[in-house]
Amino acid sequence: MSDQAQKLGVVIVGHVDHGKSTLIGRLLHDTGSFMEGKLEELKAVCARRNVEFEWSFLLDAFQAERDQAITIDTTQIWFKTKKRNYVIIDAPGHREFLKNMVSGAAFADAAILVVDAKEGVREQTKRHAYLLHLLGLQQITVVINKMDMVGYAEERFKELSKEITAYLKGIGVTPHSIIPIAARHGDNIAHKADKAMPWFKGLTLLETLDVFEPIAAPVDRPLRFPVQDVYRYDEIRYIAGRVEAGKIRKGDVLTFSPSNRTAKVVSIEKWGSKHDILSAQAGESIGVTLDQPIFVARGDIASLSDKAPVLVNAFRANVFWLGKKPLKVGSHYKIKLSTYEATVTVQSIDRVISTDDLSRVEKDSVDINEMAEITFHSRELLALDPYQENAKLGRIVIVENHDVVGGGIISSEGLHDMRHVLHRTQDNLHAVDHLLAPAARAVRNGHRGAVIWLTGLSGAGKSTLAMRVEHALFSRGIQTYVLDGDNVRKGLCSDLSFTAEARTENIRRVGEVAALMADAGLVAITAFISPFRSDRRRARDAGGQAFHEIYVKADLQTCEKRDPKGLYKKARKGEIKEFTGISSPYEPPEAPELVVDTTTHGIDACVEMITEYIIKTIRGDLRQNVSSLAGKVSA
Amino acid sequence: MQDYLDDLESRSIYILREAYNRIKPLGMLWSIGKDSTALLWLIRKAFFGRIPFPMIQLDTQMELPEVYEFRDMLIKKWGFEFHAEMCPPEEEMDQTLPPATRAASRKTQGLKNLITRDKYKGIIVGIRRDEQAMRAKERVFSPRSFDGAWDYKDQPAEFWDQYKTEFPEGTHVRIHPILHWREIDIWRYTLRENIPYVPLYLAKNGLRYRSLGEKNITTPIQSNASTLEEIIAELETTKASERAGRTMDHDSEDSFERLRRSGYM
Repeated sequence: MSDQAQKLGVVIVGHVDHGKSTLIGRLLHDTGSFMEGKLEELKAVCARRNVEFEWSFLLDAFQAERDQAITIDTTQIWFKTKKRNYVIIDAPGHREFLKNMVSGAAFADAAILVVDAKEGVREQTKRHAYLLHLLGLQQITVVINKMDMVGYAEERFKELSKEITAYLKGIGVTPHSIIPIAARHGDNIAHKADKAMPWFKGLTLLETLDVFEPIAAPVDRPLRFPVQDVYRYDEIRYIAGRVEAGKIRKGDVLTFSPSNRTAKVVSIEKWGSKHDILSAQAGESIGVTLDQPIFVARGDIASLSDKAPVLVNAFRANVFWLGKKPLKVGSHYKIKLSTYEATVTVQSIDRVISTDDLSRVEKDSVDINEMAEITFHSRELLALDPYQENAKLGRIVIVENHDVVGGGIISSEGLHDMRHVLHRTQDNLHAVDHLLAPAARAVRNGHRGAVIWLTGLSGAGKSTLAMRVEHALFSRGIQTYVLDGDNVRKGLCSDLSFTAEARTENIRRVGEVAALMADAGLVAITAFISPFRSDRRRARDAGGQAFHEIYVKADLQTCEKRDPKGLYKKARKGEIKEFTGISSPYEPPEAPELVVDTTTHGIDACVEMITEYIIKTIRGDLRQNVSSLAGKVSA
Repeated sequence: MQDYLDDLESRSIYILREAYNRIKPLGMLWSIGKDSTALLWLIRKAFFGRIPFPMIQLDTQMELPEVYEFRDMLIKKWGFEFHAEMCPPEEEMDQTLPPATRAASRKTQGLKNLITRDKYKGIIVGIRRDEQAMRAKERVFSPRSFDGAWDYKDQPAEFWDQYKTEFPEGTHVRIHPILHWREIDIWRYTLRENIPYVPLYLAKNGLRYRSLGEKNITTPIQSNASTLEEIIAELETTKASERAGRTMDHDSEDSFERLRRSGYM
């Protein structure tokens, strides 16, 4: 049955008033698609208003549109040929309505670019063509409309064909065909205009459309199954989502990104299925149950382990910008990538593209309706694919203040896969096998690296102790360095404010840098209030075995009396907001490696205790290490 | 092998799961007609047999008796949370509206009352693009202002299956999971899946309802299609529009537009 066949989505674009709506009206008429009621309704309206019936009225369903005589929003219209069903997506020509055009064109399999024979290629002709290219549409036919207005002249047709072909070539688009038409009279739409344009030997528009194929689901690509949601019904955990590429099979071992955890598919679930489902392919909405209770959440991407997406924290995208506020370097945006949401920062605007002549424009912002190449940076690792390899995971939408303000397709350039970093962390147990193991550094330095994390209230004595301990260690030949607010805020964290979120990020960075220092063989001493257990836990995770938490204890009264920087006074007056101990809580360590109480012990005694603890920790058992390592290092 | 009904179904399931994950609290308008009943079936598909949010009927107490009968039967059979929202009387409606449009606007007001009282953030509605030119312009996730108004001139960008799921306080979103289906698709799917439907759609004595509205503003069409197969065959060749029997659409050229802008489904 022809009506059962796949439908083809066709978007019609082009400069305003080049005749898109007339073309659609004519297409519907020539394919016998007019609903009886509709034609009568429109003719009645025309009679009542005393205007001549126009084909384009069919689309102008809104009062407002009839008044303004422009198409306001994307409309979808159905018709069929002998071959199959079509849905036309009518995209408006007015520049400020790019948003609606994108909303329509993104659903299309093929495009018709309408050019007025008299006016020729105009600004929006080029802009729309570029956008079709950006949206990945490959099947494009150009119609030169209103040929009746230029006396059906072959010369004019040839001239325009040359111009549009040259432009399209510049953006990497090869049109399927260029057809001279007169939509108003139906020339070369459903019927060959043998009388008016005997010189044209190509296919009519309808014949051309019948040649195009619907974009097939990417069944042959590597599996991508983004998790949409997780449901628990009757003790069963369903991982719900749509297969976006490839095939998923019962028994497959899935790798979830970015966590890199794996589990096996026990069953593929579809409600009401009467038989056991063995596989599901791109386009199917399914549920999956797993053999392992691993943590899986919305946004995770399941794949097969040997063909997983890349994990990156920077990528470049070709972006079209719909936001009223310009896109700027350094701005933060939420992006949606399949079912995942992340915060990204604009690292650089590499190129703003002038669609007029495709030249590069030097700018430090991207304005509404402009297109640009942008490099984004994210804090977390993002699982994605270059657009060319997998469209569904290779594109983002950009969100600002509740609104979608742009879209972009991800370039394959400059993607550095970080998945191996995850592997290395997980393979830490085998670190001795690496050429430069921490123990090798320890042998050369005569001590292991460590993170000595001092935590306590402001005024408890952390900075004083840190400096004294650093000095004591250095004088005993130990490689050491203190990280404190002064040297960290100057550079590493100079971009951070003092909001709760920024403080957490500050502590996270300190934790990571201290861990690196320890890995490099240094004893890194940190002196930060770090009031929250969750933040310190993260620092401990980063530092691993080398992490030592030292609680510098002093009661609030004592600290407030000491008040070396006058901060408590300001906090009491309300001049400093969220001050630890006054207007924000301090969570004392639950199991610190060492506690020094500066209210009951003098500073010298405390320095002694800490130094002694550190030396014992970083040098203890080192001799054993040395003898066991000696062979390996010299070999 | 996926056929085209599978594709339509999969897309609707995807939209329903997005709505359920992103928008809370969520409710669905069940008009008891063929579209929203097929949608109810799709919800069971999406949530592995569950119907995880309430079904709401905007009740004018003017539906045909067969509709109420079918409603009560299905609630009992499938067992889901149901609420009948009583709509305010016609006298309270905008008297400048043409008569049938005025009657239809009772549902608009009933919906406003429901949202104000129960604070729904998302309302799932079973409308389709091919029903009516105004509806062809809809988004899948369509934001509404506090009073339910639809600003069709400034709709959010919607592409690549990414929907507007965040809203300022005081607004809600209409979600349209079967916007991409056609009338004939609904019947083919109803037949394939063996979904129950109100028997009024089948012809009796040369008349059948093609679209079910309240008894005061809906009329049957001439038809001899007395099985689903015959309905499908009829739709393959008809050129009459689906809502021809809905008098409110024809009151004046812009009456449906006025209804929709002010919050009608």
